Amino acid sequence: MTMASATAATVPPTSPPVRRKTRRNWRGWIFVGPFMAVFALVFIAPLAYAIYLSLFRRQLIGGNSFVGLDNYVQLFQDAAFWTSLTRVLLFLVIQVPIMLIIALVAAMIIDGARIYGANLFRIALFLPYAVPAVVAVLMWGFIYGDQFGLVGQLNDAIGTGFNPFDPSWILVSIGNIVTWSFVGYNMLLFYTTLKTIPAELYEAAELDGANQLWIMRAIKLPALRGTLVIATIFSIIGSFQLFNEPNILRPLVKSIITTDYTPNMYAYNLAFSGQQQNYSATVAIVMGLVTAIIAYVVQLRGSRTEDR
Amino acid sequence: MSRKFFKPRSRAVAGLAAAVALGTVLAACGGGSDSDGGDTAAAGTQADLDAALEAGGELTYWSWTPSAKDQVAAFEKAYPNVKVNYANVGTNVDEYTKLTNAIEAGSGAPDVAQVEYYAIPQYALSESLLDLNSYGLGELESSYTASTWGQVTVDGKLFGLPQDSGPMAMFYNEKSFEAAGVTEVPKTWDEYIAAAKKVNEYNPDWHITSDTGDGGQTLSMIWQAGGHPLNVDGDKININFEDEGSKKYTAMWNQLHEADLLSDQVGWTDEWFRAMGDGSLVTLLSGAWMPGNMIANAAAGSGDWKVAPMPTYDGGTPVTAESGGSSMAVIKQSENPALAAAFVRWLNHDPESIKIFIESGGFPSTTADLSDPAFTGAESEYFGGQKINEVLAAAAGTVQPNWSYLPIQAYANTIFGDTAGKTSYNNNSDLNAGLAAWKAKIDEYATQQGFTVE
Repeated sequence: MTMASATAATVPPTSPPVRRKTRRNWRGWIFVGPFMAVFALVFIAPLAYAIYLSLFRRQLIGGNSFVGLDNYVQLFQDAAFWTSLTRVLLFLVIQVPIMLIIALVAAMIIDGARIYGANLFRIALFLPYAVPAVVAVLMWGFIYGDQFGLVGQLNDAIGTGFNPFDPSWILVSIGNIVTWSFVGYNMLLFYTTLKTIPAELYEAAELDGANQLWIMRAIKLPALRGTLVIATIFSIIGSFQLFNEPNILRPLVKSIITTDYTPNMYAYNLAFSGQQQNYSATVAIVMGLVTAIIAYVVQLRGSRTEDR
Repeated sequence: MSRKFFKPRSRAVAGLAAAVALGTVLAACGGGSDSDGGDTAAAGTQADLDAALEAGGELTYWSWTPSAKDQVAAFEKAYPNVKVNYANVGTNVDEYTKLTNAIEAGSGAPDVAQVEYYAIPQYALSESLLDLNSYGLGELESSYTASTWGQVTVDGKLFGLPQDSGPMAMFYNEKSFEAAGVTEVPKTWDEYIAAAKKVNEYNPDWHITSDTGDGGQTLSMIWQAGGHPLNVDGDKININFEDEGSKKYTAMWNQLHEADLLSDQVGWTDEWFRAMGDGSLVTLLSGAWMPGNMIANAAAGSGDWKVAPMPTYDGGTPVTAESGGSSMAVIKQSENPALAAAFVRWLNHDPESIKIFIESGGFPSTTADLSDPAFTGAESEYFGGQKINEVLAAAAGTVQPNWSYLPIQAYANTIFGDTAGKTSYNNNSDLNAGLAAWKAKIDEYATQQGFTVE
């Protein structure tokens, strides 16, 4: 108290606080500036340019012309786009829960430390995440081969004719690759959260006579809620952007994994083989909006549960 | 700790990277200036090319030809004043994407680029290529096979010089034929179908050939049947898979396709090459460039294979079609078109350059080389000592004339699986329905691109 009043007394009356405030603002920009410049360059500028592009249409014959919202109107009537969006939605609804539940169970088991060699188990589960996606898909592509691949050998051994590239199985096959790749990552998210739970809580629970199942329900799961929401959002974004896995498998099954198999593949092929950059930008923008809305809804719901 | 919040899963990263890349490319296209509009108006003769070679200068050259590097080295040795910056920027579609973007952006394109025959009309339409007639290269017509020359000429303009050709032939596994009791090599498609049944009866895992739906291959087969489904007249496009040749092909191929006599191995995969090596894939209907690929990737089949002309529909003289093949073209953006044209002339016409090309396993398009005894007389060990070039060079002379591709062929081929593949190949049903679906989607795209579809 005395210090503060002493300082106040020594401040000369000639320096008004207003000037100091403007100076502080300007300093702030020095720190934020580099980030803002890069952010504007790599995030806002491409986004703005994509929106600008989506208002035009360039034709091989007739050149470039302003078409207003025509591309958006076309997109809303484009069955190929909606089919691909439905496909990734289906993928999301089935694959994401399976992956997160496996990750959750694995994290619980490792955290419980009731198994022998928990560290080895943890690393082994995480390892697939360290394999580059392209390599992982190529590897699974070989495994899935129904003639010379592992699946083919299994088929020969047990006399079945299972083909992972069959139209009715292909989405499951892709889901399996994605799950394999990302269980470890999600497991690690959950595991680190579990590790932050203070040991006192467990002690208290033990003193109260809670068994492991109760500890899981009353302590571990509530602590994991926030992480679970984040993991879900990441997984939703990942599902909507499904591209690597189907695109690398595509050369093997061109008539099943079509150029418009997922929204991202559709946008990619429109731009790079069809030279339809304008329409491709439209697809990208609408997909971005859809993803943002769904991720936001999940976050709202997730945090509401957390508050309760 | 906060890292996990900002490090999305790599799937998301890949998507993001793709999106960013997309943005970059889109940005590259945005320039859209019409700098390629001004015609270089180089009315000259071949003498101007000689002068340009003397004067020297610098060139950029894009190609994925295996021998490109050696050819450039030999060229620079012969013309020390010229410096060639060679780059392999990717194979076919990869290169075309970069090329198209550079042309749209108005800068950054090479002086000379490798362009496959099917892509020539696309670049001709956008007026991106130099008419080589403006340097008198039309005089070289007699040096090349008629079919390759026809494919680099659009509306009387010469948009490239042919490098290689891919006249189709039937490669067959003699040992497998013998094992299955096919005593005579099929000369007609009827005999081919009969052989297909025998092979499949002998061993259900054996197939006469594979077909999983490939636009380029299908078109070559229709070409061989005498079809002319793709008709282009300026900005008018007419696609007709109902013409006699197309119908002849589908009627014949349906007998194999609908009866499930074809393997579903996808071309250029490990399984496909293995099947060539172990005898389960009995024939290949492919371009003359195929032997090099077999030697490199299906070594186990060495000594078992032979080459014969394509089967015919009527039992008459063999006719064939082209499958693939490239030309070298001068991009209009070039600041030194005379030198670029001179380089193209040397690459695909000079005996020294063609010799390097042939030694690397290439199949030439120049008539002199195709009839050279040293070329035709070469015995191939892989083919049990057969003089395969004799058969293949003969095929080069029997290509059905008057074929044309669409100016949007690259995209059309990309969506073959989406349409024909989905309709006809997933359930082995009538190919005509698949081709109709393909036509519908190409028509739709062509209309969007401003063509008049008839």
